[in-house]
Amino acid sequence: MDFSFLQKYYGFFIEGTSITLFLSFFGVVLGVVLGVILALMKLSKNILLKSFSSAYIELVRGTPLLVQLYIIYYGLPRLVGLDFNDNTLGIVAISLNSAAYVGEIIRAGILSIDKGQLEAARSLGMPHGMAMKTIIIPQAFKNILPALGNEFIVLIKESSIVSVVGIHDLMYNADTVRGNTYLPFEPLVIAALIYFTITFILSKLLSLLERRMRAGDSSI
Amino acid sequence: MIQVSNLQKKFGKLHVLKGIDSRIKQGEVVVVIGPSGSGKSTFLRCLNRLEEPSDGEIVFEGNSIIDKRNDINKLREKMGMVFQQFNLFPHMTVIENITLAPMKVKKLSKESAMDIAFGLLKRIGLEDKAYAYPSQLSGGQKQRIAIARALAMSPDVMLFDEPTSALDPEMVGEVLDVMKKLAAEGMTMVVVTHEMGFAREVGSRVLFMDEGKIVEEGSPEVVFSEPKHPRTKDFLGKVLRC
Repeated sequence: MDFSFLQKYYGFFIEGTSITLFLSFFGVVLGVVLGVILALMKLSKNILLKSFSSAYIELVRGTPLLVQLYIIYYGLPRLVGLDFNDNTLGIVAISLNSAAYVGEIIRAGILSIDKGQLEAARSLGMPHGMAMKTIIIPQAFKNILPALGNEFIVLIKESSIVSVVGIHDLMYNADTVRGNTYLPFEPLVIAALIYFTITFILSKLLSLLERRMRAGDSSI
Repeated sequence: MIQVSNLQKKFGKLHVLKGIDSRIKQGEVVVVIGPSGSGKSTFLRCLNRLEEPSDGEIVFEGNSIIDKRNDINKLREKMGMVFQQFNLFPHMTVIENITLAPMKVKKLSKESAMDIAFGLLKRIGLEDKAYAYPSQLSGGQKQRIAIARALAMSPDVMLFDEPTSALDPEMVGEVLDVMKKLAAEGMTMVVVTHEMGFAREVGSRVLFMDEGKIVEEGSPEVVFSEPKHPRTKDFLGKVLRC
């Protein structure tokens, strides 16, 4: 294997990595925000909110991310009649997809909390929203952290799909380097290494966070 | 203070409360006893609307609990509740458990909430546990903290839902002692319990419930020594034998 191409093309990998990190970061943040909303909607008593959330989750889980990406990328600008920056469309597609999965994870987390917790909070005069925010969600979050971490890692890897619509992420740039250098294999090894490094660091950070959050747990 | 009239509760086809009428006066300690499944916990949980009554009326300090126009959260501030399973918030320390609602709901400053909390901890003898997490406490300690948490809102009435039923026998006493002190200070209390000794000693009135109705009520002396209704006689005969 010959990696001498890196001398000339390392800039492509750096640019690609930064775009991938950018897309993933906003994908995760928006995905979590939308996921919390979807979970609360699905758990609400309002039948309209509940069915919207269920339908959304089913639809997103039941169609390929690639199809969703194409629909967003080619459909959204036409639908609203505005020109969007490519990266924005990438983030929209990724976060709308992730929100469905995060929503289900969060819903499971909320359901895992004993209902006595909510009753205790409500009996102290807390309104429902405050009880959810201060009592239920923090406990649920701790329980779902492993599943959530898994979803984040999946999201970083899946973000590589935006390369098919020409967003200059890590995967796209690795492909460009393959074309320019006529090396079919080596640039992919570099891309794989970078993806792995990102997800590995994230994975370690998450287990650190998990350990810290378990600090208050039973010492008995 | 609390006026209950024709309270009904149905869970689907199951008719749990079949018309409860009762009046709880200021300073009274009302003890609710009865066999399991008689609806006594449901009755208690209807009082602060943790269970939605199917029919009837509950008026607390002149405000209807049932009327949706009344802010139930405001009314609940004045009704402390203690649960069988303690329900302390496990992700918070003892002091955070106690100060949370006074600060968030009543908007007290941190200093005054802490003052109240430490005052209460002193009363229940658990000052040294202020910064412990619930998982580091025994059952009896947890329940005493749960009582302190409810008291921190300075409620006008305290509702106890089988507060000693989940405790190891040797810890029942410490919780009952706190409740006795509270009763002696004049707190209005509604207590669902299987502790007949407590009912007899502390109760100002005993309600005996069976199959969703109040079958018999009266002062503990009368109910325990001369029960009139055959169901009461039968029940007391079984529980007092041991």
